[in-house]
Amino acid sequence: MMQEADTKFLESSFKKYYFNHFDQIKVPDRTNEREFGYQKFNSGMSRHISIKDDKELHLLLIQNIPSDIYCSNAYYSFPNLPMNEKDWREADLIFDIDAKDLNLPCRIDHTVSICNECNNISKNSLQCTKCNSSKLEKKSLPCKNCIDASKFEVKKLSEVLIDDLDIDKDNIHVYFSGNEGFHVYAYNSQFQHIGSRERSELVDYILLRGTIPETFGMKKFKQDRTSFPNLDERGWRGRFAKHIFGSKSKRSKIITELLANGYSSFQKTLDDASDDIGVKIDPNVTMDIHRIFRLPGSINSKSGLVKTHCKDLARFDPYTEASFLSDDSVEIIANCPIEFKLKNKKFGPYNNEKISVPTFAAVYMISKKFARIA
Amino acid sequence: MLELGTDEFAKYPFLEGAGKILKDKGFPLSQFGNDPDLKPVVEKAVHRLKVSTKGGIYKSEIIDGQASKSFILEKEIFSFLLAIVLIKLTGMHTLKKRFALAEARRAENHLEKDLGKASDKSKVDLAIRIIYDLFNIEVVKENDFFKIPVSDYLKHSVDFHEREWKLINRHVEDGKVLLTPDKTVRLIRKELSTYIISKISNAPTPPMISGLEKIVSELTSIGRDLTPSYTVITGEHPPCIKHAIEILEKGENLPHSGRFMLATFLLAKGQSVQQIAPLFKNAPDYNERVTLYQLNHLAGTYGSGTQYSCPSCEKLKTQSLCFATSECDNIVNPLQFGRKKNDARS
Repeated sequence: MMQEADTKFLESSFKKYYFNHFDQIKVPDRTNEREFGYQKFNSGMSRHISIKDDKELHLLLIQNIPSDIYCSNAYYSFPNLPMNEKDWREADLIFDIDAKDLNLPCRIDHTVSICNECNNISKNSLQCTKCNSSKLEKKSLPCKNCIDASKFEVKKLSEVLIDDLDIDKDNIHVYFSGNEGFHVYAYNSQFQHIGSRERSELVDYILLRGTIPETFGMKKFKQDRTSFPNLDERGWRGRFAKHIFGSKSKRSKIITELLANGYSSFQKTLDDASDDIGVKIDPNVTMDIHRIFRLPGSINSKSGLVKTHCKDLARFDPYTEASFLSDDSVEIIANCPIEFKLKNKKFGPYNNEKISVPTFAAVYMISKKFARIA
Repeated sequence: MLELGTDEFAKYPFLEGAGKILKDKGFPLSQFGNDPDLKPVVEKAVHRLKVSTKGGIYKSEIIDGQASKSFILEKEIFSFLLAIVLIKLTGMHTLKKRFALAEARRAENHLEKDLGKASDKSKVDLAIRIIYDLFNIEVVKENDFFKIPVSDYLKHSVDFHEREWKLINRHVEDGKVLLTPDKTVRLIRKELSTYIISKISNAPTPPMISGLEKIVSELTSIGRDLTPSYTVITGEHPPCIKHAIEILEKGENLPHSGRFMLATFLLAKGQSVQQIAPLFKNAPDYNERVTLYQLNHLAGTYGSGTQYSCPSCEKLKTQSLCFATSECDNIVNPLQFGRKKNDARS
């Protein structure tokens, strides 16, 4: 639980943002068919709320100053009734790509553990180096590499959505999640009406999970060189061919190797390929057809950054384009061992020191539990 | 609605309109009990049923889908309709299921042949229209393949357990799955038999037809012999569940999916939330209040009221929770473990 002074500070900073940026917080299409929910600081979740228009949303934001606000990707006949009475109609496809799920080597450089008992910060992820408690919370400040790697996954995802699943490019919207990754929405696709189990199959497709050797040309008996994929094939066969053969000239030699290594070894190759070229989406998010998902334009209380629409993903820089809080300076006690950059300014590392920083940086550190109001 | 001829009805006698042919002929049902001219139809119907109870598919007299003589075609259609009447008279659910399955397989063969007829476009179109009319799947033929929208494919394949049916193991492009004729038809096999079952269920049960009593009682006894009885041969848990319990007992972390499996399994076995909750006591992040809340949620006592079911073996495999042994014996859900089918005839 956060100290009262910290909560108050975050609340007032968030309120200022919401008051000054109504233009960037819009209700999604077909508003009255959606379920909204929000959380206040240090409090539980309020769900099953229905909202009519931008005005009502703005009123809710100003009256409640939520730490986080969410909206369903699903459409219901009665969004404000309990779940089993809502009458689920359809849901947009949603995807969550998070840097923490990408097993990036940089991760260890900017991740620390905060002890829940004594607030000690250390690199040891098993127990507190000060009080030996095992109640630790991992905190990370994602770096440029994390963001770039996440962007790369978004690009891979878009390719599969467009080429394989025939989703219109204009119906794919990408948002920076406000913390460590991206949220991708696909609207008006043929998948609007499919349920959770069908979505789980789509997930396995996108992750390249559950493959059998036969799909990629390897047979148990009567092996056949011609059934292996070509580099110019569509879908996963083509992508796998590019990954495993590299170039056309190496294809024949590698097929000989694959055949020599045999069927079960090929299964292993496929499983490894899933880690290498599968799109690393969070399966649970896409499968969940009753989820309320962070509302675009709202602040993510894990960081104080805004869930922002990325019109040009390649050039998008969350640390300049998703930070909307004020520059007013504020005194904090920072214990932030990791250096970070926000709005083109470098901060940290700080070792339990009293400093004066702009609000946007103070909120970032307090949200990450790396600082408190002095 | 499709405009069909007698030869089509002979292949697909479950389609709307087959009954009309019988009506047009003016045979009342009672006539089948005593008219010697109709005896071949009765014999055919009984044969058709008996073959289905043995898991076989009745071989019709349609040769390559084309029977020349109209009375052969009519016999095909009438024997199907009469078989349904006989099933209704026995009231045996097993007979209904086996017959529907066999007839579905038979229709499947015809559909597959029709779809594969590269030279005869009208046959292909007919098969495509049957699939559309009955199951609302839009199939488009392209070269040797049939293209089906991915979303339609998923709706029908999601119940299949074989891995080759996973979307990832299919050729997908431009939002369509490409299938061969046999796979296209296989995709709707279950719905085909479901469709035939519902046709039989919705048919009215006529009064006993005099002259057919002996046949009906013979069929009833066949049906009774086929009704399986399940007995629990072991009270043991399947290896996946044992493994999960072991992990928890050791105080190690069982992933959320593993806890979900364990809880839904035990709930389905009739254990109460209060009985199950202590199992999780050793978990590193145990919190009694949260555990009870989640268990009640799974049991459907809280929240949406949905009772969550135990995941299938296939699902558990992908979650690395399956530790199958030979004792699993090809079950598809952990709940089936140790339930051995007793054949009533043995």
